[in-house]
Amino acid sequence: MALLNKKDAALIKDPLFDNNPITIQVLGICSALAITAQLEASIVMTFSVIFVLGVGNVVISLMRNIIPSKIRIIVQLIVVATLVIIVDLVLKAFAYELSKTLSVFIGLIITNCIIMGRFEAFALANGPWRSFLDGIGNALGYGVILIIVGFFRELLGTGDLLGLGQKLLGHPLLGNPIPGELSGLYKYGYENNGFMLLAPMALIVLGIVIWVQRSRNTSLIESH
Amino acid sequence: MEKKTDKNSYTIIFAIIMVIIVGGLLALTASSLKGKITANKEIEKKQNILYAMGINENDASNAKFITKDKVAVAFTKYIKKQLIIQGDDVKADDKAYLIDIKKEQAAIKNANYKRRFPLFLGKKEGKISYIVPIRGKGLWDAIWGFVSMDKNMVVQGVYFDHKGETAGLGANINQRFFMDDFIGEHLLDKNNKFKGIAVSKSNNDPKNNDKLDNEVDAIAGSTITGDGLAAMIYSELAPYASYFIALKN
Repeated sequence: MALLNKKDAALIKDPLFDNNPITIQVLGICSALAITAQLEASIVMTFSVIFVLGVGNVVISLMRNIIPSKIRIIVQLIVVATLVIIVDLVLKAFAYELSKTLSVFIGLIITNCIIMGRFEAFALANGPWRSFLDGIGNALGYGVILIIVGFFRELLGTGDLLGLGQKLLGHPLLGNPIPGELSGLYKYGYENNGFMLLAPMALIVLGIVIWVQRSRNTSLIESH
Repeated sequence: MEKKTDKNSYTIIFAIIMVIIVGGLLALTASSLKGKITANKEIEKKQNILYAMGINENDASNAKFITKDKVAVAFTKYIKKQLIIQGDDVKADDKAYLIDIKKEQAAIKNANYKRRFPLFLGKKEGKISYIVPIRGKGLWDAIWGFVSMDKNMVVQGVYFDHKGETAGLGANINQRFFMDDFIGEHLLDKNNKFKGIAVSKSNNDPKNNDKLDNEVDAIAGSTITGDGLAAMIYSELAPYASYFIALKN
């Protein structure tokens, strides 16, 4: 990236791979398990977190010298909550359909530990520009994992993917527009695995992602 | 020396100023957008009602409402009459769609209050359908919907929605593969008594060919949402049964 010097570029790049908030820091797991049953939900959540973390980091960074240390956590919480509520209201007024898709995630954004974690660990000690990059980087790192997990869960669990999956795999017996007719892979005995839709499978898919990442880069393996 | 920002007085003043700014900002945003949000909700409600009676833009497998700009015209075109049933009293009121079911459900805690039940009469291609709004509890939060019936309480179409059911599981109650199963289902049993429609995991009828069994096939992994939905259909539609029986006679 020619726009950014090496140190700044690392702020975006590190959280995507070697310092990923989910797979390495193990933050934000709860929402990663809860909402990844559908790819669309994962994507929407990714964009919401990019916005909230990017803007929130800048706001906290601008306020870093005037925030009283005793109540800094409360101040951080208020900033996240305010941002999220404003976004929610604006969406409800101007993009009602989208706000309905988002509704359930609003609460989850506020409780996302990555956001508080970045405020506390980075924005309170760095300038606005670097904080902004750090926010975007971490949100993207979070989103990449969400999208990977969401992709496998929706595809294998429901045989669908953003409403396109039936073109990939064919039509199962249930939910088939032509009753009584199987098509595509289903003709050869393939079946959807409903278990993929339940939370335990999210944990297992996430575990596989962590395994693949650590086996490719052994320096990430913690020694105990 | 103690830093300025560590002092108690500074902390308190900071907190007060922050609360005032944040409170003001939120109040300003909320009140300036309120009109638009209410309007959006009303449009959505009309879209739901029209969807249930079969006025929609569904493609092969996805549920789609008619577009926002067509709603007002379609609503006056297809919805012929709006009724409010209160006890034995039935009166026409073209603001019946504004009745808030949640408030009506809460109001009956007061024993003197007689709940108002809205009913919409739609007419499409000569066929009359009776559309009723319902509301109940899912796993995480409220679920609601609109059920369109003929005069024998046979379901003509439904629309369900939810506030926060699990994505990919309970949230699928607003998908066609689930909602379409209700079409043709009978709400009355064989003796013409109100029975409702159960959401069953074991009815041995996954393709829902049997329309007289008062059961539809459940969604895997969403037992509580499904049970809540069946309970909602039962408790919210039962009060209308006497109206339909009177209609028949």
